[in-house]
Amino acid sequence: MGPFIVKRILLFIPTLLGITLVTFLLLQALPGDPVQSMAGERTNPETLARIRAEIGVDRPLPLQYLGYLRLIVQGELGRSLYTNRRVSDDLSEKFPNTLRLALAAVVFASLGGITLGTLSAVNRGRALDRISSVISVGGISLPVFWLGLTLMLLFALHLRWLPPSGMGGGGVAYLVLPAVTLGTYSLASIARVSRSSMIESLSQPYVATARAKGLPERTVVLKHALKNSLIPVVTVIGLDLGSYLNGAVLTETIFGWDGLGRYALDGILKRDYPVIMGVVLFGAVVFVAMNLLVDISYHLIDPRVRIRSAE
Amino acid sequence: MTSGLSLADLAMNKLALAAVLVLFLLVLAALTGPLLNRYIIKHDPLAMDLDSLHVPPGRDHLLGTDGKGRDVLARIVSGSRISLAVGAAATGLSLGIGVLFGLAAGYYGGRVDLVLTQLFDVLLAFPSLLLAIGISAVMPPGLGSAMLAITLVSWAGFARLVRGITLSLKEQTYVEASRALGASSARVLFRHILPNALPLLLVAASLRVGGFILMESSLSFLGLGVQPPTPTWGSMISLNRAYINSSPWMVIFPGLAISITVIACNAVGDFLRDRLDPRFQP
Repeated sequence: MGPFIVKRILLFIPTLLGITLVTFLLLQALPGDPVQSMAGERTNPETLARIRAEIGVDRPLPLQYLGYLRLIVQGELGRSLYTNRRVSDDLSEKFPNTLRLALAAVVFASLGGITLGTLSAVNRGRALDRISSVISVGGISLPVFWLGLTLMLLFALHLRWLPPSGMGGGGVAYLVLPAVTLGTYSLASIARVSRSSMIESLSQPYVATARAKGLPERTVVLKHALKNSLIPVVTVIGLDLGSYLNGAVLTETIFGWDGLGRYALDGILKRDYPVIMGVVLFGAVVFVAMNLLVDISYHLIDPRVRIRSAE
Repeated sequence: MTSGLSLADLAMNKLALAAVLVLFLLVLAALTGPLLNRYIIKHDPLAMDLDSLHVPPGRDHLLGTDGKGRDVLARIVSGSRISLAVGAAATGLSLGIGVLFGLAAGYYGGRVDLVLTQLFDVLLAFPSLLLAIGISAVMPPGLGSAMLAITLVSWAGFARLVRGITLSLKEQTYVEASRALGASSARVLFRHILPNALPLLLVAASLRVGGFILMESSLSFLGLGVQPPTPTWGSMISLNRAYINSSPWMVIFPGLAISITVIACNAVGDFLRDRLDPRFQP
């Protein structure tokens, strides 16, 4: 634990406060009574009174914000307007499903992206390189929801290789299409970075040395160049982690995946404000926490980062 | 590596040339949409025809009809107006706001910079689509709310970029010279710093337009943004999702329209970056 990590964790606090301030302002902007919209219409009077007292609607805004913060710290995100269930309970129930989908997507995107990038760097300018560049342009340009529907049409409805939707009690086959859909965007950006990083690695003197020693090209690429080309790739993978939450809203909707994304969509369709705001707040906190972890793990892994931040 | 832009460069790069051509045709179709639909496609994008539900692509309906008997091509043309308008407006607005705040943070430094940077970081800490969903959920749905939501989640990215450029340009001798001659802050910012930042801003903006169009289509796919009966590319897909197996054209073609548009935008963005961004070596 160096001073860098302590500083980084301390910087986490104002960001969290800022995030809650944004969601608080969004709640204020809602049509109607913010306490009612936060608590749910069918909340029992005690809860309503408690939230009202805690936020203190008749107090000035800054004090209301402090009350809102106190509620959040207690894990009180209000109740769904429709099911009357606590949003925080719903979130903790759905999050593991989203996490499982996101992990599968990260694995797919990382392995696929690095393979594609490396292959196209080694075959620079040849057909394989061109195919891979088409995939990486397409990957960042196709709408996630349309890609998902197209894959479903092809592999589930026509070829019948995979189930079209649902979670199938945790079967791996159910995970394939959603994970591919969710991971394609990242795969494309990983492939781009991995290609240019690999091209740079291949031009380094130590690669020339390895070749001069008479090592087979395979060993040169896989043992010497690939390892060193991975650092910027890992950065991209880390930076992209949070964006899976964006894609999850769309992917889960299409594949009937019972996670945060579909929960958010249900909230949107029913104008269930506590649910929408709960997901937005939770998503942002997860996103920031993830970035913090990525930063800290760099610091621990890469000695160069450690030296730079010590200066 | 030359920097600078000429038509000769564009003619050399076949992909970029094709992309520019595609975008030109799209803009033309969007601008002339109602006329195009009336005189050439000869279908009204809103007219439901119960005698021709689920008609596959053919002579009368080039791209088929949807679940309510409306012509898919006419609806795609009509939807292009929404997508391009939101894409262009969101780019212009978020770039404008980003430039003002970014210049202020980079130029004045100190406490101004500290507060503004914290603001940028908070906004960038949200997963963008999720925040856009939150913002559009609290507003009455429509064209304006889609533009505003995308602008509000995007300007901080431009602001951070402009701040960085300003910080480095501020140290240039010509800026110092101008200040020594007694130029006002506004003059230094808008006559010396901003023009020199323009190429990088053009690159950044062109690389993001495609993303904004994707975000608009995602919002309308989710039922936020522009509401039916006005056709948007995103809502055409979500409204006809149920027919994907029996009548895939209703879902495939609007998605192709989005994909082609975004690919063209990104290809132009890549081309501009290769030409104008000295930090980037292809």
